[in-house]
Amino acid sequence: MRLTVDGLPETLAPRPGQCLRTALRETGHHGVKKGCDAGDCGACTVLLDGVPVHSCLLPAFRAENRSVTTVRGLERDGTLHPVQQAFLDHNAFQCGFCTPGMLVTAASLDQEQRQELGRALKGNICRCTGYGPIADAVASLDLPDAASPRDERSLPPPAGPDVVRGRAGYTLDAAAPAGLLHMVLLRSPHPHARIRHIDAEAARAAPGVHLVLTHRDAPDLLYSSAQHERYVDSPDDTRLLDDVVRHVGQRVAAVVADSVAQAEEARALIRVEYELLPPVLSPEAALLPGAPAIHRKDAAASRIADPERNVVGTVRDEIGDVAAGFAEADIVHGAEYRTQRMSHAYLETLSAIAEVDGDGLLTVRSSTQVPFLTREALARVLELPRNKVRVLCGRVGGGFGGKQEMLCEDVAALAALRLRRPVQIEFTRTEQFEAAPCRHPMRIGIRLGARRDGILTAMELRVLSDTGAYGNHGPAVLYHATNESIGLYRCPNKKVDAQVVYTTTPPSGAFRGFGLGQVIFGLEQSVDAVARELGMDPVRFRELNVVKPGDPMTSTRFALHDVEYGSYGLDQCLEHVRTALDAAREEPLPPEIATDPDWRVGTGSATAMIDSAPPFGHKASVRLMLREDGRFELVVGTAEFGNGSTTTHLQIAARTLGTAPCRIAVRQSDTALLDHDTGAFGSTGTAIAGLATQDAARRLLALLREQAAAMHGGAPDTWRLDGDTLSDGVRHLPLSALAPLEADGHASGTPRTVCFNVHGFRLAVHPPTGTIRILRSVHAADAGHVLNPMQCRGQVEGGVAQGLGAALFERIRLDGNGGVENPAFRSYHVPRLADLPRTEVFFADTHDSTGPLGAKSMSESPFNPVPAALANALFDATGVRFTETPFTRDIVWRQLREACPTPASGARTLQTDGAPAGP
Amino acid sequence: MDLNTITDIARPRDRSGLPPFREGDAILGGGTWLFSEPQRTLRRLVDLAGLGWPPIENGAQELRLSATCTLAALDAHAADAPWAAAALVRRCCRSLWGSFKIWNMATVGGNLCLALPAAPMAALAVALDAVCEIWCPDGTDRLLPASGLILAPQRTVLAPGEVLRALRIGRDRLHARYAVRQASLTEEGRSAALLAGRCTEAGGLALTITASVPRPLRLDFADAPAPDVLRAAVEAAGAAAGWYDDPHGAPDWRRHMTLRLAEQIRAELAT
Ligand SMILES: Cc1cc2nc3c(=O)[nH]c(=O)nc-3n(C[C@H](O)[C@H](O)[C@H](O)COP(=O)(O)OP(=O)(O)OC[C@H]3O[C@@H](n4cnc5c(N)ncnc54)[C@H](O)[C@@H]3O)c2cc1C
Ligand code: FES
Ligand code: FES
Repeated sequence: MRLTVDGLPETLAPRPGQCLRTALRETGHHGVKKGCDAGDCGACTVLLDGVPVHSCLLPAFRAENRSVTTVRGLERDGTLHPVQQAFLDHNAFQCGFCTPGMLVTAASLDQEQRQELGRALKGNICRCTGYGPIADAVASLDLPDAASPRDERSLPPPAGPDVVRGRAGYTLDAAAPAGLLHMVLLRSPHPHARIRHIDAEAARAAPGVHLVLTHRDAPDLLYSSAQHERYVDSPDDTRLLDDVVRHVGQRVAAVVADSVAQAEEARALIRVEYELLPPVLSPEAALLPGAPAIHRKDAAASRIADPERNVVGTVRDEIGDVAAGFAEADIVHGAEYRTQRMSHAYLETLSAIAEVDGDGLLTVRSSTQVPFLTREALARVLELPRNKVRVLCGRVGGGFGGKQEMLCEDVAALAALRLRRPVQIEFTRTEQFEAAPCRHPMRIGIRLGARRDGILTAMELRVLSDTGAYGNHGPAVLYHATNESIGLYRCPNKKVDAQVVYTTTPPSGAFRGFGLGQVIFGLEQSVDAVARELGMDPVRFRELNVVKPGDPMTSTRFALHDVEYGSYGLDQCLEHVRTALDAAREEPLPPEIATDPDWRVGTGSATAMIDSAPPFGHKASVRLMLREDGRFELVVGTAEFGNGSTTTHLQIAARTLGTAPCRIAVRQSDTALLDHDTGAFGSTGTAIAGLATQDAARRLLALLREQAAAMHGGAPDTWRLDGDTLSDGVRHLPLSALAPLEADGHASGTPRTVCFNVHGFRLAVHPPTGTIRILRSVHAADAGHVLNPMQCRGQVEGGVAQGLGAALFERIRLDGNGGVENPAFRSYHVPRLADLPRTEVFFADTHDSTGPLGAKSMSESPFNPVPAALANALFDATGVRFTETPFTRDIVWRQLREACPTPASGARTLQTDGAPAGP
Repeated sequence: MDLNTITDIARPRDRSGLPPFREGDAILGGGTWLFSEPQRTLRRLVDLAGLGWPPIENGAQELRLSATCTLAALDAHAADAPWAAAALVRRCCRSLWGSFKIWNMATVGGNLCLALPAAPMAALAVALDAVCEIWCPDGTDRLLPASGLILAPQRTVLAPGEVLRALRIGRDRLHARYAVRQASLTEEGRSAALLAGRCTEAGGLALTITASVPRPLRLDFADAPAPDVLRAAVEAAGAAAGWYDDPHGAPDWRRHMTLRLAEQIRAELAT
């Protein structure tokens, strides 16, 4: 059939049930993205004869003789559409995966729709930005004279023009290799079962099928999908394909065929005989005496603390004397909290293409935060020499920790090795919910003791973490969760009793905050409660009890001692939030709230500390080259998934060399280019990888100077870089005359420093309906010297948005069988524009001694204090403690009603927020 | 998403071209639901688009709304309509969780026949006392009050091969006075309760309750009900049907919101 795509004639031959999205992508129109394939996210939006539609829902045949416009068709004669330009100007993207659909939608809006943007964009999900810059970009279309939001330090992301033009190459946007085959996975319908028999004969004989893999084809080796610099940090408990399934959705078999359709058809023909085993659906049940052991494995070999009892790992320790601390206390407070199962919901689903060349080199292009670690893992699991495996990524469409795992590369690679043909795998959004790791649900018990003068005397922390069917990241998350959370407080007596256990539910994994978010949700509420009980302002109470430079940061003996106060801005952050909330309390309420006596108003805050990098080292490698043409090329190991590290690297390299960022090209995330790099996680993109860049730039500059001095005399340090020449003030050498030159830079991830985040809310809550309205949202961050304010603010806003998702909306619900009840964005609510307030961001004025150019990390941590701050504000407003996330309207309504069954007598005055309100 | 089991598309140009029903057939309206979930049992789609039904026909006695009319076309029509029910129509369109981009494709008929509890067109059709015009496979037509179409979530009285042709709405209903209320867990979110009330000519109240219950409920009060009468009636009807439970709201909250919104509607129409 014929149609026009982006102004040019196109011929498509769609299959009868094909949607336009895939038909377009199959013909190379890769500006059309898939975030859900179900109509919910808007990443696939196109204009059909000028009208915006979701191309994943549009039957392809309906586009016959019509005109389709994708993001690539928005430009006119090489000039960006105003909305594309506005997105660039406002940094209105991070990973950029939502951007094509967002732009096409925004371009179609009339002024009236732009005024009600929350409604107009309810069909577009952005997981990274928190929508603030998107709203600003759209608003700027109606304010042609507004000043540019960009300050001189805020270098725009180098990939920006490609992102807004729909030309950035994500994992599956490269040209398909010849002979590409497609893999789909058969998944378990049972939470716990032994596979007695798999009959795949019919599937193998089905049309187009090349291979069916089952556990019989899988290596016996046990490994972990989790990837760390230190391999031993997660237990070896996973087989590529296992003969025991431990959660609904676990992979059982893999079918490879010429097309996805054929692979699906064949998958339906596989018959599996299961012997059902007893399910274990909660961590409490997992610990009961006599509970079925989910992993009966060798404890030492697999590094599982107690396989018979389902305990993967524990953190148990006491420093000081907690009993004495409680004895000394005037008040003792105890409470229990729970956090939910939560999805990263990065927009680009997991995907990979594996191929093997004539020399036996396996190349995997994948959507990963850890290409180098994945290479190691593939080599180990598939028993290949390291130099026979190459892993690379394109631009990665979001990660948030969820791509610090090997979740599809292994099985695709095994098939490619067998078939010697390229094999592609792409998760559906449903598979993301059912089988990609979620955030560890935790139960958190807190006991705090304090003296009447406001000094904490004892802290006791109990944690029960649910790692699900596999232990990937389970122990490491537990260590982290129990470390900086309590390390923040200068209390001599601390006790931790934490364990992480297996259940037969979908596995948990690394998630932005790495466990801290969960514990901080509880701890910061308890700190708030103690302050109120003492009649103190909670922020003042924190100011009194948090660590200050010189204080030891203590948690448990498992903590490493390479963390120092490279800088300290917590005092500024606390003070900023305290003042902001004081001012907010004086602000008039919106009329609809002021005039309805049912609303309750309150303020609350919470604090978080985070080490600037993971423990046990985090290696970053960088190579900086001067090319023959006199320009530089920077090769970085770490991946770019929207965290903005590429921009930071450019800035650091340019500043250190003394040249302009535009003279440096960046290539990244390819194991063929460098020897090793731990990857992009643990907030290391700036703080550590940036140091490696600084190191490389210093070395290259030294080489340049030496070379110049050797050729022309003078002391090396009289030579300076000036544009495209090296000059000693008298002579000017073109850089091309010195090329080629290169220098490597490395950073080891130690010593580490600490970063701080404080969040404050003022909100109104409506007990009759459970509605929460956020009136003010303030975030103060200590990120060291902020290299790129716009980008750093974007990271903070995005983290806060995700924190609000955790606090207010998101929950993966499991059914009675341990399967996911809401595996779609329609039933798992990721915040949309209409759901979120604007957040004011404040940066402490600090300069870190350990980080590059004084910078610290700031990408995971803004998330961490948000749910607790919200809960504290809710308490302030209502006198009720919300101890379990999320606080959806139905839950808020129910809890308030249970706490106060009959509405208080008519005479109600608005709660004067801030006054320590008793229940 | 791709519906890979589909091997055929029937694109009838007129009624005689509608193929006889066979197992694995589905009628294709806008496709916004059909293409949003795997449909492993379907083999053929019968596309209504080629029938070329005029979206909206304004008759002297009634408004005829084709099943293939998109929500976008309906909303645009209401935006310029002189009748009082226009606000109800627009409010119902807005209550679809899908954005205006979904409106551009989703059809009134598809929304009704999908029969989700949160179907705003079901609320609209029942509130307007619409009559469904149904094409039967034997070439005859039958008429059915909209309140009788939906049996349960995703179940209607339509037999295999039956096609919803249109909704007929009496003119008097377009000029009546309505009040609408929606509850959702989120801003601009999916309906957890969607209620519409009409002030009858006799001064009574016709109340339609959807989304908080598995199928649309209709309560007719000959006289304006007192708050406690209304409350008792809503409570009894909801309890009999069962308060709906899904990720879009807990049943106890839905019940509470339904009672609250019903009372707001009563109060608004009483003034
Ligand atoms: C983001 C998003 C949000 C949504 N929110 C909502 C919501 O809030 N409430 C809600 O109810 N739905 C919602 N839906 C589901 C769906 O999009 C709507 O119900 C829509 O109105 C369906 O109309 P359609 O024309 O696209 O139906 P289709 O997908 O074409 O069909 C739906 C069903 O109706 C049948 N059918 C269609 N037309 C006829 C006919 N004339 N005669 C007989 N059978 C017919 C089809 O066979 C199919 O079973 C949402 C979908 C998306 C993607
Ligand atoms: S991919 Fe089409 S809406 Fe998400
Ligand atoms: S930038 Fe929007 S999803 Fe990543």
